[in-house]
Amino acid sequence: MLRQLFARCAPVVFLLLAAAPLLAQEPQNEFVPLSEVPRTEQIPAAPFVFVAYAIVWLAVLFYVWTLWRRQGRVERELQDLQHKMGSRS
Amino acid sequence: MRKLFLPLTLLAAAMFSYAPFMIDGAPYESTMLLVQKIFYFHAPAGFIMLTSGIVCGVASVLFLWKKRPGADRVALAAGELTVLFGAIVLATGPLWARKAWGVWWNADVRLTMSLVGWLIAVGYLIVRRFGGPGSEKLAAGLAVFGTANVPFIYVSVNIWRTMHPQTTVVPSLVEGMRGPFWFCVLAFYVLYALLMTARIHLERQRALVNDLYLAQEDA
Repeated sequence: MLRQLFARCAPVVFLLLAAAPLLAQEPQNEFVPLSEVPRTEQIPAAPFVFVAYAIVWLAVLFYVWTLWRRQGRVERELQDLQHKMGSRS
Repeated sequence: MRKLFLPLTLLAAAMFSYAPFMIDGAPYESTMLLVQKIFYFHAPAGFIMLTSGIVCGVASVLFLWKKRPGADRVALAAGELTVLFGAIVLATGPLWARKAWGVWWNADVRLTMSLVGWLIAVGYLIVRRFGGPGSEKLAAGLAVFGTANVPFIYVSVNIWRTMHPQTTVVPSLVEGMRGPFWFCVLAFYVLYALLMTARIHLERQRALVNDLYLAQEDA
């Protein structure tokens, strides 16, 4: 049974293997430069520029906000202390 | 110093409002095109990072040598701003690199040394915050070490082969790029002076609070 199956399939497999080099893609033997890259292949620059400038602004604003908070806390503490010392004297 | 606060705020606001128009009017660089415009904020932020590192180190030397509390306050303010502007440089640089070089980060001398410089500044703040009593002297030593790193960051691109543009780029800028670039540098220095003024004022008030606590304990 197996022998019969092998005998029938062998010529087909042999033919396919013989034709394989014809079906294979031609190997690349040189790189051809492209004069203009399609837009879909390019990394767009605008988001990078936008994000970079946004980071600068957000970082500075965040720092100013932390300064403002710390300043407010110290001023409240200073007022409390001055009030306590004033009431004591 | 407080008298300077309002004029500096107005000047910084005016300059940063006008800067985008100048950057928009600057010509495109031939190979990098639009993404090169990150340069107008990236490089000035780098200037401030290095300047602030030097200010922190010099003030720390003065504090260690003359034991002036004022010098320590300047060092702390400069240390904080080194971290702020260093973070800006280290965040905007990879965005530029991703488009120009095709990678976010490279083990390049300039990039690595900038990261090391920034980490020293972060270390300085960590020592100040969590080091306990006397940590300001230890932190001052660290700041001096950080300052010694600054010239190497600057000249690294001229000594070693790197992907990062060399320092000669700035003096060789064409007229259309030179104006916006130096305008942005000036705007960043005004912002730096403003933030330093505010931060030093905060530290002075903290010292006053500490003095009042001590006076209260003595009474």
